[in-house]
Parts: sequence; C-alpha cells; structure tokens
Amino acid sequence: MVAVDLPERTATRRPPARRGRRAAGRALPLVPAFGLLALFFVGPILWCVYASFTDIALTGAGASTPHLVGLRNYRQMFSDPTFTKSLWLTVVFLIGSAIIGQNIGGLILALLMNGRRRIVRTVVGIIVVGAWVLPELVAGFMWYAFLSDTGTLNAILHAVGLHGKSWLYSMPLASVTIANIWRGTAFSMLVYSAALSNVPDELLEAAAVDGASAFARLRHITLPLMRRAMLTNLMTITLQTLGVFTLIFVMTGGGPGTKSQTLPIYMYQEAFKFYHLGYGAALAIVLLAVGGLFSIVYLRGMRKEV
Amino acid sequence: MPVPSPTAPRRRAVAAVAYLMLALVGLAFLLPFGWLFLASISEQPTLSTSIPDRLTLRNFTDVLTGDNLHALANSLVLSMGAALLTLLLAAPAAYPLSRYSQRFGRPILLGLIFATCLPVTAIMVPVYGLFVQLDLLDSIPATTLFLTATGLPMAIWMMKNFMDDVPISLEEAAWVDGASGLRALLRIVLPLMVPGTTVVFTFTFALTWGNFFVPFILLIDPAKQPAAVAIYQYFGTQGGYASYGLLAAFSILYSLPVVLLYAVAQRTLGNAFAMQGAVKG
Repeated sequence: MVAVDLPERTATRRPPARRGRRAAGRALPLVPAFGLLALFFVGPILWCVYASFTDIALTGAGASTPHLVGLRNYRQMFSDPTFTKSLWLTVVFLIGSAIIGQNIGGLILALLMNGRRRIVRTVVGIIVVGAWVLPELVAGFMWYAFLSDTGTLNAILHAVGLHGKSWLYSMPLASVTIANIWRGTAFSMLVYSAALSNVPDELLEAAAVDGASAFARLRHITLPLMRRAMLTNLMTITLQTLGVFTLIFVMTGGGPGTKSQTLPIYMYQEAFKFYHLGYGAALAIVLLAVGGLFSIVYLRGMRKEV
Repeated sequence: MPVPSPTAPRRRAVAAVAYLMLALVGLAFLLPFGWLFLASISEQPTLSTSIPDRLTLRNFTDVLTGDNLHALANSLVLSMGAALLTLLLAAPAAYPLSRYSQRFGRPILLGLIFATCLPVTAIMVPVYGLFVQLDLLDSIPATTLFLTATGLPMAIWMMKNFMDDVPISLEEAAWVDGASGLRALLRIVLPLMVPGTTVVFTFTFALTWGNFFVPFILLIDPAKQPAAVAIYQYFGTQGGYASYGLLAAFSILYSLPVVLLYAVAQRTLGNAFAMQGAVKG
C-alpha cells in the first residue's frame, strides 16, 4: 500500500480537470479488452434475455419478423417434460461429477500424494494431468471406445469372470459422469495440492504432539485452512461442468432417447437442430441461472469468516 | 515431519496403503488411454483394446491427407491468433488493475471472475444470433476474435496476479524519470513476468486448440474448420469400422501439440506453472 501512495499524492495536487483526464488515461488500456468483452459477452447475454421473450427462429415466419411472445417460451419450458428431465439430469451430473467426483477425488488424491516419494507423485501426476490436458473431443472418443460393448472395460470384466454391459446404453448418465470425473479431477488435485503446501507444518506437528489423530488433524486443522481454496475450486468446477457439451455429445449424443440430455445438449438440439432460437435462448438463461445459484451459495460461504 | 515416535510403524502402514491406492488410481486413469495408442498402431483396429498382431504406422501416414493437414493448419491459425491477441489485450488491461486497483475497485475484478467462470456453452445461442446478424458466420477472423473474448477474462485475471508480484518500486523510478505507463509496462514490468506471460499464452492456446463447440457452431465451410471439427465430421459421417485406426491416429496427432506445449511449459517454468495465477486470490 505504501508503494502506491506516491503517484496518488501527486495526483491530488493537480487541478480537477487534469485529475479526471489522468484517471481516464489510466483506464484507457482497459478499453480494447473490455470493448471486446462487451461485444461478445455482455451483448450476447442481453440479446439472449431479449430473444427468450420472442419467437425468433432460423427459418419460417420467426426468421424474418420475430414477435414478442412474452413468457411463452418460459411457460412452454416448464410444462415441457423434456426440459424438466433435462434440468434434473444437469443437476445430477453437476453434483455427481463436479461436487462429489472431481472435488472429493481431487482432495483425496492431493492428500494421498502429500509427502510421498517424488517419483510416485510425478508418475501419478503425469497420468492424471494428462487426462486433463487432452482435448475434450479426444477424451470423448477414448471413453466411447473404453465403454463400448467390445471395449476395454468389458474385456477386463470378462477376464475376471464378470459380465459386462452396454454401458453407454444402460447407464448413459453414469458413463458421462465418470468420464467427466476422469477428465476434470486433475484441476481439483492441483488446487488442493497447492493449498495443502500452504498449511503450516508446525501446526500439524504441535497437534500431533498433543495426541491428535491423523483424522482429527485433517478435520480440525487442514480442512478449515483450505476452506477458501475449496469454495473457489467448487465454484470453478461447477461452472465448468455446467457447460460440458463436447464430452456428452461425442459419447452419447444425449441419448439413448433423452437419458443423458443435459441442458447444453438440449439447448443445442432446440437452437441448432430445430432452429428454435428463442426457446434455445430461454434454455441458455436457465443454464446461466443454475450457474448463478450455485455461485451465490459458494460466494456466501466465502464471505463467512472462520 | 521426521519426528521419531512410537507411531512410526503405523505411519509406515499408512504410507503403504497410500502408495497402493495411488497405484490403483494411476492404473484406473491410465486404462482409457490404452485403446487410443493400440488402435493407432494396429492394422485392423476395432473398438476393443488388444495387442495388435502387426504393428504399423500406416494409420498415421494415411491420415495426413491434404484436408486433414489443412484442418490442423486452421487450428494453428485460430489458436495462435487467439493466444497472441489475448496477450496483446490482456497485458495493458491488467496493468491498471494491478497498479491502481483501489481506483477501479472491486466491481471490475468481481466481474472478471464471474466472466472467467461463465460457461461459454451458455452464450453460444446468442453469439450465433449475433454472427448471423452481422454476417460473420464462416469468418475465421471473427471466430478468432470470439475465442479471444472467451479466454480474455481468465487471461486478464492471471496477468493481474502475476503483475502484482512485480515490485512497483522499479516503475516508480521510471515514473520519476518521466516514463509513461505504457513505457513502464513494456520496458520494466513485462520483461520481469515472462514466465507468467508464457503460462497465459499456453493456457489460451491449449483452450482454443481443444475447443470443439465454438468452431462447430460458427464455422460451417469444411475448408475453414479446425482439426477438432474436422475429426468429428469426418468420422461422424463415415462411421465405418475401417476408420478406427485413422480416428485414433488423427486424435493423437491432434492432441500432440497441446500435450507438448504443457510439458515444455511445465518443465521450463516449474513452479510458476503450478496454477499460481489462476488460483490465487
């Protein structure tokens, strides 16, 4: 803070007009970046809100002259069983693959790796991070092959005397959930490894000397100190998982039927296959609202000081 | 914690369990990769994973046709363009946010964090509408600009965090000598944060390279589509069993640049790469 004082003080001595110009001059470098963001982020979201109240479409009458239809898209949406199912699938996918799978999985991996031999950490790290670095499309192909009828998983099960299944047909949501856990756990692991290295050793040693068990140390020292990292991580992975499209699109295409049709897939179908842009926009708003709801919960958790 | 204590044998047992679990997790994470590698060097690959009778590199040579090379070149144009443009826009934007943050305040920073997390999927419908209205569909420059915008909030945020680590005292000397903010940024700050800049470049490049949905929606002409879309279209429409080897080979070739980029960045930058810019704060 001390360091910043100098330019501030010289600024206050200038006449107000120059001060204003100076502030504007400082804000100037922000303009190109934020202009681009306004055009491609803020603009589209505002347009999305507007379009969700119209019957805008790519073909037919709605294409040339979209009409305001009030809440029709939203009313249609909430009376549409496909939508309700899709919303439900999205929430299950979010909780299963992000909040439980990646988050807890990443935490356990970070705890397991903490303090282990360098070579083990490096090898496991490369494998897990490799899954994360690989393009989503390729991950989709790999899991499609892995879970297919004649795929690796069934071959392994067969080798140990068990019967496999058509995983992608019989359990599509579980399949894409596990594939997404495989793909995303590395991120949580990296976040938690960094957070773990910030937990002071003295605290843990003192507690150990006082006779606290390993579990008690984890529960009362390590985890509370990692609270912020955990909430930040949860927010990031929840919103990332909410937007997962490619993995599901490649593995199941949302099927069979609509059994793994999460909101992004449903939105894609409506907007780009059936050309109902207005309805697609309304679905996008719901998608954003789900993300917003989760974010509010996490942000409130962050505000509470421990 | 090298404290000799009566619990030492128990600790060794805990360590053994931890190593066993790490080995299992590593194996479980490794298994799905098996098909990709074996199918790519097999002469008659299927969806099953088996040690091929005869090894071949023909899948790799066969898949490097003119069209596929063209698609990889498109990927390179999009990713390189977006990554360079991101640096060009993010560095100046991060500078005032890092140096005069109390003036611009938290709203901008909070907005940036929110935009960083925003799933791009959610805005593809309106962006498609925007592209139709401005007649920008099938335009590689416009798609590059949009991809830049999607990575920009994270890039600015990371740049700001890396910039916060550069002591301000160096610039103050330059300011006293009459150097402008831009000069201070170019001559003093940026040279001191080369590792951070490299991390931002790597992330943006890899994100753009791996992006399927955005070019899938915005680029319709096959001649303009990047590798991600080309692989999907090619094998999605052919769907023939004969092409699994080609699919695996093309997938490997397509993944290689980002995997190498991460590996090099990780090796040369070490800890700077440990997500510091992304996670801090």
